[in-house]
Amino acid sequence: MSAQHIPTATVDPKAQPAIEMIDVHKWYGEFHVLRDINLNVRRGERIVICGPSGSGKSTMIRCINRLEEHQKGRIIVDGIELTDDLKRIDEVRRDVGMVFQHFNLFPHLTILENCTLAPIWVKKMPRKEAEEVAMHYLTRVKIPEQANKYPGQLSGGQQQRVAIARSLCMSPKIMLFDEPTSALDPEMVKEVLDTMVGLAEEGMTMLCVTHEMGFARQVADRVIFMDYGQIVEMNTPDEFFRNPQHERTRLFLSQILH
Amino acid sequence: MSTAVDMPRFVRAKQVEALPPPNLARGPIAWIRENLFSGPFNTLLTLVVLYLLYVSVPPMVKFLFIDAVWTGTDRAACRADTGGSESGACWAFIWDKINYFIYGSYTVSERWRVNIFFALLAIGVVWLLWLRAPRRDLGAVYFFWIFPTASYILLTGGNESFSGRFWIGFAILGALVISLFAFVAAVLKASMRPALVIGGGIVAVVGVTLALVDMDFGLAHVPTSLWGGILVTLLVATVGIVVSLPFGIVLALGRRSKLPIVRLASVIFIEFVRGVPLITVLIMANTMLPLFLPGDMTVDRLLRPLIGTALFASAYMAEVVRGGLQAMPKGQYEGAMSLGLNYPQMMSLIILPQALRIVIPGIVNTFIGLFKDTSLVAIVGIFDLVKTIEASRIDPNWAAPTIGMTGYVFAALFYFIFCFGMSRYSLGVERRLAAGQKR
Repeated sequence: MSAQHIPTATVDPKAQPAIEMIDVHKWYGEFHVLRDINLNVRRGERIVICGPSGSGKSTMIRCINRLEEHQKGRIIVDGIELTDDLKRIDEVRRDVGMVFQHFNLFPHLTILENCTLAPIWVKKMPRKEAEEVAMHYLTRVKIPEQANKYPGQLSGGQQQRVAIARSLCMSPKIMLFDEPTSALDPEMVKEVLDTMVGLAEEGMTMLCVTHEMGFARQVADRVIFMDYGQIVEMNTPDEFFRNPQHERTRLFLSQILH
Repeated sequence: MSTAVDMPRFVRAKQVEALPPPNLARGPIAWIRENLFSGPFNTLLTLVVLYLLYVSVPPMVKFLFIDAVWTGTDRAACRADTGGSESGACWAFIWDKINYFIYGSYTVSERWRVNIFFALLAIGVVWLLWLRAPRRDLGAVYFFWIFPTASYILLTGGNESFSGRFWIGFAILGALVISLFAFVAAVLKASMRPALVIGGGIVAVVGVTLALVDMDFGLAHVPTSLWGGILVTLLVATVGIVVSLPFGIVLALGRRSKLPIVRLASVIFIEFVRGVPLITVLIMANTMLPLFLPGDMTVDRLLRPLIGTALFASAYMAEVVRGGLQAMPKGQYEGAMSLGLNYPQMMSLIILPQALRIVIPGIVNTFIGLFKDTSLVAIVGIFDLVKTIEASRIDPNWAAPTIGMTGYVFAALFYFIFCFGMSRYSLGVERRLAAGQKR
């Protein structure tokens, strides 16, 4: 992709960070999946996370909305520290949207119902207002005409755009993307990436696990490379791609950039 | 049309239009050859089946309809030695005894109350099962609260006249339930208000129900020992079905819970009840339950097997529902959680609607099994339909060779109509739900 890099929204450096991860560790049984994760994400910042499979990148962003539990360290999202407290977890989840590799739309509900469910039940929004909000975001992802269909009747790319709209309907402050284009046919990747670029242009705080390096170049403020559960290298996309420091990063980039 | 295989280069010049499929052999003869006589084995099967039908159907029609006795007032009509016919079913017997088969020994002057019960039941069933019925949410309130309360008052006569001590006990229990909800909310660090509202709501509903049952509507008391026939069969089946589905769902969720005590309690209940035959459960409920209760407390003798069958069906239902829960992909839970839905919302809005849809065949299977199992309550002396037939066929007034057979054919017809109805209904629901969201 040759498009120009999108400038970051101007951020007050003294403002509270959107996400703070301090010395986070996680184990699956005996297996140490996340090791010594330290990461600060400013508001409006776009971060792309890449790395080989099994390197812990998905696990890391899933810790941010507590789909996974961390066992050591602290994670503070928008000023709320994640603990066992269910109330706080729900509060964080309300403000953090997530888009999954396999969309995870609800197949028994129509597209519109998928989008209005959380606003109605979690935010207690009146149905009519929720439907207006949903139609607004469905229009933004360019599929308002599919509102009354079921997810199974849409293509993969359309489903993923619905999933993005569904998250946006909760007006989240932070969006997490967990390999949003990996399950898509090549022809559909672009429509989803375009939607994500649009979000980035509006100043959404985004963390994307993805191997779309063109997207990283165009959108990211920082690129993080992970391996063996650790952050191996973190840099601006320019530096990251032109001049990778760590040997492992160089090997990885040589494999995926031809 | 040539293909690109033998050519090194190929560019499609013309779009191939969609054509209808080739007109293969159609018509009845082609169908018969295709489906009934497609090979030697199939042909043999067809012939064997045709022969079996020839052997069984004509005699059955002859017995049930052609040679059947339709009118008569006693055994004379169905005995050859008194000029009657004994080669066909004696429908006159069923006709003569039909009131006993429907109501048992229920007080004759009060049978209109049973008829109202049947009508209320029919309204509830149609309201809930007809997918396009208006206000099905109200239908649920009707079926699960108004209808049971009204039925209880109608059938027994109500007017329980609870003592003051009973009401004090209820008040204490109610306070305990509400504080239990508050305690659970505090432990889970969930918000307190909904917990109090739910706890208070449950206590209020139970309280209002008890007050209604306590009230004197001027209806004569009809002891359950007089109830019988189709009334009891439908009652046991309805209570079993209505209790087993929600209770089974709770047990299934309990069995998959992360809380070890809840999980253990569910597993023990399910495995214990499933590991024991229904007859044993019934006999235990009937003879052993009173032994465990304090001396001045008695459980109604119809209520005992009612509880027994309901719990028995719940254990089976729990396993069916668990199958559906296990078939749900993890992504559905994660999608729901990531949107901020809490556990009850996630389960009731996302997981259960899909999981239950998957297991409709299993649920209906359990219902049908339960419906037929109700005939086992006869073991503990309850006069259900089969037992009333048993009791009638030895009536000397109707001593005739075909009486027993006719009685059982009647029972078979009754059970078949209900079970087949449930089966067809579930198929219809499956098809309707599948049409909405084809993948």
